[in-house]
Amino acid sequence: MNRTLLYSGTSVALAAGVFLLLNSLPGCKPTTTKAAVTGDAATKVYVKPGTHDEFYNFVSGGFSGQLAVYGLPSGRLFREIPVFSVDPESGYGYSEETKGMLMTTYGFIPWDDSHHPELSQSSGVPDGKWCFINGNNTPRIALVDLGTFRTKSIIEIPNSAGNHSSPFTTGNSEYVVAGTRFSVPMGDDASRDVPIKSYKENFKGNVSFIHPDPETGRMSIAFQIATPGVNFDLSHAGKGPSEGWFFFSCYNTEQAYSLMEVNASQRDKDFIMAVNWKLAEQLAKEGKGNKVPGKHYSNWWNEETHSAETTVYEDVLQLDPKDHPGLVYFMPCPKSPHGCDVDPTGKYIVGSGKLAALIPVFSFEKIQKAIATNEMEGDFGGIPVLKYESVLHGEVKKPGLGPLHTEFDANGNAYTSFFVSSEIVKWNVEKLEVMDRVPTYYSIGHLCVPGGDSKQPWGKYVIAYNKITKDRYLPTGPELTQSAQLYSIEGDKMELLLDFPTTGEPHYAQALPAELVKPREVKFFKIDENKHPFVAKGEKETKVERRGKEVHVWMTTIRSHFAPDNIEGVKLGDEVYFHVTNLEQDWDVPHGFAIKGAANAELLVMPGETQTLKWIPTRVGIWPMYCTDFCSALHQEMQGYVRVSPAGSSVPLDAYTVSVDAEM
Amino acid sequence: MTTIWKTSIAIVLVGSLLACGGGDKPSQPPGASAGAQSPEAGTSVQSPKVEGLITAADLQLGEVDAAMAEKGKITYDVKCQACHSTGANRVVGPGWKGLVTKREPAWIMNMIMNIDVMLESDPEAQKLLEECLVRMPNQNLSKDEAREVLEFMRTL
Repeated sequence: MNRTLLYSGTSVALAAGVFLLLNSLPGCKPTTTKAAVTGDAATKVYVKPGTHDEFYNFVSGGFSGQLAVYGLPSGRLFREIPVFSVDPESGYGYSEETKGMLMTTYGFIPWDDSHHPELSQSSGVPDGKWCFINGNNTPRIALVDLGTFRTKSIIEIPNSAGNHSSPFTTGNSEYVVAGTRFSVPMGDDASRDVPIKSYKENFKGNVSFIHPDPETGRMSIAFQIATPGVNFDLSHAGKGPSEGWFFFSCYNTEQAYSLMEVNASQRDKDFIMAVNWKLAEQLAKEGKGNKVPGKHYSNWWNEETHSAETTVYEDVLQLDPKDHPGLVYFMPCPKSPHGCDVDPTGKYIVGSGKLAALIPVFSFEKIQKAIATNEMEGDFGGIPVLKYESVLHGEVKKPGLGPLHTEFDANGNAYTSFFVSSEIVKWNVEKLEVMDRVPTYYSIGHLCVPGGDSKQPWGKYVIAYNKITKDRYLPTGPELTQSAQLYSIEGDKMELLLDFPTTGEPHYAQALPAELVKPREVKFFKIDENKHPFVAKGEKETKVERRGKEVHVWMTTIRSHFAPDNIEGVKLGDEVYFHVTNLEQDWDVPHGFAIKGAANAELLVMPGETQTLKWIPTRVGIWPMYCTDFCSALHQEMQGYVRVSPAGSSVPLDAYTVSVDAEM
Repeated sequence: MTTIWKTSIAIVLVGSLLACGGGDKPSQPPGASAGAQSPEAGTSVQSPKVEGLITAADLQLGEVDAAMAEKGKITYDVKCQACHSTGANRVVGPGWKGLVTKREPAWIMNMIMNIDVMLESDPEAQKLLEECLVRMPNQNLSKDEAREVLEFMRTL
């Protein structure tokens, strides 16, 4: 295969080009859209009206920066959770309280590219508590609370550039990791202002271990491990016998810095990096390593004050593997590995070289033996490189083209996605034998088996998250919907059951039984526990107050009126802060708040919560405000007025709600 | 918004359409059990027997307990006052002055704690919805809090 040919041009051109090549390879030929869907597929995905899906599927929004939640097997979309990107629907990133969640050392960053959802685990199994997701562009990791389906915590990753190899978890979510995609020069300004051509000399990689507090979900960086300059791609923690180790795929061991598709694809093998994280943890506890510059923000949502809190750290603890033998090893892995997946037993590590035509499977036992007997083939940047043959369990021969990512069922089988040959291949991990293959429509990226990267996969389905949509749905102009496909893996043969469109790029996803999540749901916030500095606990506490140019309104909502709903005495030049407390104490009764001319968004205030909208009136007159979320038969009556007078006006500041005292 | 709201809209619409149809009696909203009579306003009625509802036997009302009523007032200010006055006038829902003489204590407790069941099964609750047009919010009071609110009502 000519690699450079394969990887030139766009993905579409690439797929088309490969199609021709594939005709000569038996079993790799993509079939047409008319591939068989058996007659009972519909019954297998039908979820009766009023009943619930069996699984939650947390699907990344890719370059939307969000996380989407679907039900399986129906493929129904329930929610888009705003994470790294602002969301005018909920006011996330627009309300005064939520802005802090998106603050970084670069200021307020209202967008990111979110790739990999990762469910928190207990004893190596998803526990339904949190879902982590990475932000690639301005390196960050977010923690989404599955009790509220809201972003609870976001930490910025210093000394990183492109947080792609992230946020994979250890078996009890002691840590989630962040490996930098781009290596970059680090340190002070002078150390960073270097010629790009000095990559080999000056550019460094690193991987960070982030600790989420088990109670609060607040995140901090425990330590970073410095590495030679390469690109980190994906990673996974060991489990069972390999518990305590972490594996990172890396490419560009050529250390190229231009025309990467050619120059970073020269070597036959790149690496999977094995890190003894238990040793790193111990070294960090012993005070080893160096504090290096690494200013970063850690933002955390306080559910009592209904506000973001930010902690700013100036530096970070960094461990250099050259100072600590036994901490890090490289294992050669064919051709730019992407997936780096550990099977449920923890005995095997599957590398998916995205330019390779085979799948190498490494044995943890052999890795340990090779380390013990010093079976090295040299070093890379001062880090020992183990001999490929010494650590290899075996290779799956000719499985397909362009293996990307592998997940597992509970019966010893692996499911690997093949981007180039556009298919899922099922194979046996011990025997390394291909057992079945199904086409995907089209050009699958990641795939997901419920619990499929954990110790106990639930199996039942494999879901393909595709990169190309082409003709699968009604067209919608130049940009087509994104697409996923659900396959049954209950029988010997995989069976296509359902196509479902997705919102945002479905880069990667994880799924778990709904029963692990449903009992955690927060129905409303207790008004008695609301510690927002501007809460109004009841209409008696509503008021309006001038603080110089700032006008603060303590406002409440309940079906179906605002208090106050008439405000006078606001002047041009004022900044008005509406602090809206929703007095409702029942599930599913948010109220919205919008005011004409607001330059940001609406507020969507959950029961018992307080949120603040800043509004700067620009003209004299009467300005309407209203509830946006249909709340009762009298929702359309849920409205009010603000009178804005010229600067210097003598209209006194006043706020009220008038009742006509209807008789009952 | 969920089906709860759609249900409430349906009730309201159907209720008002029928009312506008020129009937001289309040029409029976859907969901009311067949044969349920809509009693005269102001009379005290027993809720139909529905499992889980609070009954008169569950409540022991003696002399008004001032300390309890005071706690009830605190809850009222936060969770009830937006819609109920302490006078006889209606704001969104009925005023509370003299309410305990018009309604059974258990009925009041159920309106606070079991509003969904009441709107499904109780003709008086359904009649109130026709008049007020807003489903009474479930403010998720505990039984003790609801009892304290009832005690506060007894002082009015």
